[in-house]
Amino acid sequence: MSLLDQLLFLPERASTFAEQVDQLHYFVVLTTIVASTAVGVTALLLFVRFRQRTVGQQTVPVHPPIWLEALFVVVPLAFFLVWFGIGYRDYLLLSTPPKDAMDVYVMGKQWMWQFAYPDGPSSVEVLRVPKGRPVRLLLTSRDVIHSFYVSQFRIKQDALPGRYTQTWFTATRAGSFEVLCTEYCGVDHSIMRGEVLVLEPEEFDRWWQGQRRGLFARGDYPASREAEESSMVGQGRRLAMELGCLRCHSLDGTPHIGPSWKDLYGREEKLESGGRVKVDEAYLTRSMMDPLAEVVAGFKPVMPSFRGRVEPAQAAALVEFIKSLRSEPFAQELPRGER
Amino acid sequence: MNGAEAWAPGPPERTYLNARRGVVSWLTTRDHKRIGLMFLMGSLTALLIGGAMAMAIRLELLSPGPSVMDALTYNRFFTLHGVVMIFLFMVPAIPSVFGNFLLPIMLGAKDVAFPRLNLASFYLYLAGAALALWGMIHGGADTGWTFYAPYSTTTPTQVAPILLGVFTVGMSSIFTGLNFIVTIHTMRAPGLSWGRLPLFVWAVYGASIIQVLATPVLGLVLLLVAAEHTFGFGLFDPARGGDPLLMQHLFWFYSHPTVYIQVLPAMGVISEVVACFSRRPVFGYRMVAASSLGIALVGFFVWGHHMFIAGQSTFDSGVFGVLSMMVGVFTAIKVFNWVGTLYRGAVSFTTPFAYLMGFLYFLVFGGMTGVAVATVSLDVHWHDTYFVVAHFHFIMVGGVMMAFLAALHYWFPKMFGRRYPEGWGLVSAVLIILGFNATFVPQFLLGNLGMPRRYYQYPERFEALNVASSAGATLLAFGFLLILVYLLLSLRYGEKAGDNPWLSKGFEWNTRSPPPEHNFERMPIIEGAPHDYGAPPEVAHATR
Repeated sequence: MSLLDQLLFLPERASTFAEQVDQLHYFVVLTTIVASTAVGVTALLLFVRFRQRTVGQQTVPVHPPIWLEALFVVVPLAFFLVWFGIGYRDYLLLSTPPKDAMDVYVMGKQWMWQFAYPDGPSSVEVLRVPKGRPVRLLLTSRDVIHSFYVSQFRIKQDALPGRYTQTWFTATRAGSFEVLCTEYCGVDHSIMRGEVLVLEPEEFDRWWQGQRRGLFARGDYPASREAEESSMVGQGRRLAMELGCLRCHSLDGTPHIGPSWKDLYGREEKLESGGRVKVDEAYLTRSMMDPLAEVVAGFKPVMPSFRGRVEPAQAAALVEFIKSLRSEPFAQELPRGER
Repeated sequence: MNGAEAWAPGPPERTYLNARRGVVSWLTTRDHKRIGLMFLMGSLTALLIGGAMAMAIRLELLSPGPSVMDALTYNRFFTLHGVVMIFLFMVPAIPSVFGNFLLPIMLGAKDVAFPRLNLASFYLYLAGAALALWGMIHGGADTGWTFYAPYSTTTPTQVAPILLGVFTVGMSSIFTGLNFIVTIHTMRAPGLSWGRLPLFVWAVYGASIIQVLATPVLGLVLLLVAAEHTFGFGLFDPARGGDPLLMQHLFWFYSHPTVYIQVLPAMGVISEVVACFSRRPVFGYRMVAASSLGIALVGFFVWGHHMFIAGQSTFDSGVFGVLSMMVGVFTAIKVFNWVGTLYRGAVSFTTPFAYLMGFLYFLVFGGMTGVAVATVSLDVHWHDTYFVVAHFHFIMVGGVMMAFLAALHYWFPKMFGRRYPEGWGLVSAVLIILGFNATFVPQFLLGNLGMPRRYYQYPERFEALNVASSAGATLLAFGFLLILVYLLLSLRYGEKAGDNPWLSKGFEWNTRSPPPEHNFERMPIIEGAPHDYGAPPEVAHATR
């Protein structure tokens, strides 16, 4: 912790993004302090120099020369644009998770956080991640809007009901970091806490394998269940059969009443209404909830809405199942932005 | 200018205050000055209520755990603090009080264009305020003043009366804005060209345009939220095909420009005060006037900077981010020109000038932290933390409130014909400026440290800064109470001010203080720009 961090009360930096963004943080905050002090001091000095000597004193009119007025515009504009440029570059970085990121589904509900790994366990309040590996969070909410905030990572993302948003981080320090909810969500908003537990990679792998084998019964999920079945992919497969998805969507690439799910994720599809859409988590979820809005070209608008029939966790499981149906490990670009 | 021949001295005792007597004469008045005073009473009452709530909030936050109230009460308090302060105090504070009182006088007009509409505007404000207060007593919403769906549409508390109250106050705001626009266009005295308009008028003009164009959108979204909460519409509910982000877009389409409804008139006040107390016309008059319209225009296209992490596209965030910087540039133009006005002036340090100095510092700091949170990547850390709370309190309290206090002191003799005690004025100004810093600088640091806003309980690492902030708030409250006491006493016991105690050459001083019922005995003819101190003071004015 540098002296500057202590003066500014900045929390420690525990992610690659935090390391990057804090440079700009210093730049902006220090310029602000210097500029506002300079304006205040200049005004005071001018007062001292030009104070009124006699009541009703006359003054000479002074008009600013054009170059001075131009300076008034150009100097702040230059500073602001530089800040914006750097800030927007970093923001784009935060909106573009690396392709090899590990996915975790995050669900906010009044007043707790739930975390689910696509092919592993799920847990309440504690998110375990490995140090040094990028982690992509896919966030949604079961009720009102929440916001996932880890100050040491300098990341924050709203979790909205009915859609998925994303953010990502690579933790650079092992340890426990508090998750706070930053979108007001009701009576217990201020105690809706969670924890990110950053483990050394080997330690994480050990824990992970243990979870997979169902050896650990931390209470996160019933230990008796087969790991495969309790994984999100397994749940998705079961749901797809139970809900009747497979009557219209094939798993082997044959088009049927609806598009086949094989290799669907990551593809770019033409729409009936014209335009194109990238098949990502957000599109798949939208298609379950509001299927007639974006129908893939060549298919009839016949799919019923599953709004209200599919819980957020189930939607996530179905999405994960669809994502698992790919012939090659996906090299496509991952979705950018939130929709 | 020219005021000496603009009015002829009448019997000094006949002013707008005593021309008609009795409560009914006030309640049915169409005199813009009386309506302005009634707005002053209304908004000061709101300030007292909102301030008491702020103190209750600061009291609860003295310790990390629950202390003086339960979570639901706390949530209602911060909601109502926001609603009362923004919609019942800040929005009407300068336009409806000082705008009403001064705008026609500055224009050399007898009244505003639509005096009846003006009175209707006051009654709508009163009705809206009553509805909102009634809603607070019976249940009280716990949504935050931003009313974000789907929380606001599903909470068990009573949001509808408060939403309807704010809707009604919004109507009042539209009436006032419309009235001012028409008045400025059609009622200027002979010789008062656009290039000679006082900067306060330019600023109120910019604010009025926003009031007329943006407030209907607020009305719309508030009605929709009320309807969804009461009747179960599905507009913002994703489970029924709605979209919670739609609500945020509509809300901020008004609620960001509304900041400028509050700030622009405050900037107008500062332009008048800086000219009067440095005895110089404002440096770069054209730039300052044009930047008011610039802020009014660009202010409409920056709302998305409230939604960088809400789930809008990265493209939107870029556009809204870069446009937000433009507001900073327009504000910087004004600040540099105000400071430039002091150069080669004849500056006197009075209470309004003390608030002006506070204003300059707070506006630059608050404004630049605004640019900082519009810097997209930094906002990710600061969004919805106390940093944002501190930023907008710097603009609202540090900016608008300082200007309001400057206006109150500067125009107190104009309104009531008496002076306030200058010594007490300076003492309270120092108290308020120190108290303000002590309250809100710790909140910036809390935001850096990562304390989210709207927190009833908080982790212990935030305690020390919260205690500091609460201590500062106490100082601030003392400052306000002191002002209230000496101004009330001055109404009765204050020294007689004469017509122009500041020897100001603002146009509003072209008539007696307090002004007669119809402002002028004879129509003034304007022969120059305001605040021309190149000529010797017109003693006839000053000593009458």
